[in-house]
Amino acid sequence: MIEKLDQIFVSLLHWLVSSLPATLQPLAGVLLSVVAIVCLFPALFALTTVFERKGLGRIQNRLGPNRIGPFGFFQPIADGIKSLTKEDIVPLSADAVVHFLAPVVLVVAVFMGFAVLPMGRHMVLVEMDAGLLFYFAMGASTELAVFMAGWSSRNKYSLLGAMRAVAQMISYEVILLLSSVTVVMMAGSLSLTKIVEAQSSYTWGFPHWYIFTPWGCAGFVMYAIAATAETNRSPFDLPEGESELVAGYHTEYSGFKFALFFLGEYLAMFSISGLGTTLFLGGWSAPFSFLTWIPSWTWFFSKLMLSIFVFIWLRGTLPRLRQDQLMNFAWKFVLPMCLLNLLVAGAWRFMGEGWPRWFVCSVILVAAYAGLGLSEMRKGKIGPRSYRYAE
Amino acid sequence: MLGEGIAKGLAETAKNFFGSYVSAERMTTVEYPEQRIAPFEAARVFPFLVYDGADWEAGLRCVACQICEKECPPKCIFIVKSTEKKPDFVGKPQFYPARFDIDISVCMSCQICVEVCPFEAIKMNTEFELATVDRFGGLLLDRKQLAKSNEYYRQIHPTEAAAVDARLATEKAKADAKAKAAAEAAAAKAAAVAGEGA
Repeated sequence: MIEKLDQIFVSLLHWLVSSLPATLQPLAGVLLSVVAIVCLFPALFALTTVFERKGLGRIQNRLGPNRIGPFGFFQPIADGIKSLTKEDIVPLSADAVVHFLAPVVLVVAVFMGFAVLPMGRHMVLVEMDAGLLFYFAMGASTELAVFMAGWSSRNKYSLLGAMRAVAQMISYEVILLLSSVTVVMMAGSLSLTKIVEAQSSYTWGFPHWYIFTPWGCAGFVMYAIAATAETNRSPFDLPEGESELVAGYHTEYSGFKFALFFLGEYLAMFSISGLGTTLFLGGWSAPFSFLTWIPSWTWFFSKLMLSIFVFIWLRGTLPRLRQDQLMNFAWKFVLPMCLLNLLVAGAWRFMGEGWPRWFVCSVILVAAYAGLGLSEMRKGKIGPRSYRYAE
Repeated sequence: MLGEGIAKGLAETAKNFFGSYVSAERMTTVEYPEQRIAPFEAARVFPFLVYDGADWEAGLRCVACQICEKECPPKCIFIVKSTEKKPDFVGKPQFYPARFDIDISVCMSCQICVEVCPFEAIKMNTEFELATVDRFGGLLLDRKQLAKSNEYYRQIHPTEAAAVDARLATEKAKADAKAKAAAEAAAAKAAAVAGEGA
């Protein structure tokens, strides 16, 4: 029974495809899975927008949307109708083809990332040996879409936003990759399924998730920072900083194209949270051995939603960074920490079992964090803002 | 240490998030059409004309002196003076406004008309839900729409209305006393004339 529930979607797919001729079965299976992903994540997006607005409201002691439907939960439907019926304006001097292609490319590239994420036991669309590599390749191509949007709009705000976005995304891409490399070093595989399997064993009821190791914890924090920057979420929302750039690279988009950008942004958030879950939080594995009877996909999606909640929480807390702070933070603080973390992960691997490796690795990481942080703060590179002319 | 401020901020927002579900005083939102808060006593929106008694047309305090019309900065008041006179609250014959229009799409709620009125005839209303589908006719209020009873005035601005009522009462008493004295003097004079004649 438990087994059945765990594999319910897999068996459903098999049952649906089994009636077809054998030659068509693989194609139909893939198509059905794609349809499931393409339906599920936008639905999750709709739900997240209303939860985000309500959550941000609560963080600011407001109620949030509560007019449409019970507790305002039909708000996304109203938003959808609005964005569908709005006039789609293409600026006269814009490059119409690229202007049209940009949101499509963004959404397609983001959807591709979901292909390799294991969302439950045996629940992965494409079982790829280099899944992580594929994911990062697809993630990197969203930058192209953002720049296409900014460039084709022929608007200074769009272009500035796109420039910022590209600078930011490339800088943080390095961190994203380097913090994930530690996991690859430990798991010894680029396959996301293998990485989850490496984490899904238990000692005294506790799982072997990578976040519960010194290098994994540091790596996860850096991954989270880079993920926030990659998805252009607050406090790294400079590319669309509405107080400076109107709306950044999607200034000249309206109606459904804007909705596509919005969708792409949230889907990127889901997929990057999904990858973070897979790499550091044990993917679909249960947090305690006595909870393994709960279906694996429940765990994946609850971890995903928890990450989304953290994203919203951060958005409700932190103000936007300045461009120089953003760059200094990436290249002078997080990147050195990432490189150090690679060494620490190596040390962890070769020091063997036992408490000495816990002690050594933790001490190195904490000392580096405190030392680097203090010295950077003293130099004024990161830390409280100082104003030269506005005093 | 680096990151301390972020932790502090996250704790604060978390406190807000969970606190907003348990403590009602955190939530300052008034869900307007369903929930309302009583307007402040000193609130002012657009002017209205005060009348005494039951009949709005007979009881209007306005004597069409047109001071407010001249003083109004955006010139939103339009008055047509009557040709005949009618007695006011002390019995003195006065003109009255044959037409008194205020264009509330022009009015800037400055209350200058109220300040300059020597007859306590124009006051500020607290009614603010004046939206209409007709932006020309619907926002041009005539004297019938502007007329509100003194009871209504007492209800929306109790303190101010009490002072106005007291002032008008003393004025009326003074006028009555003067009239009485004049009547007595006239009676005495008449008596004296009659005595002389006799």
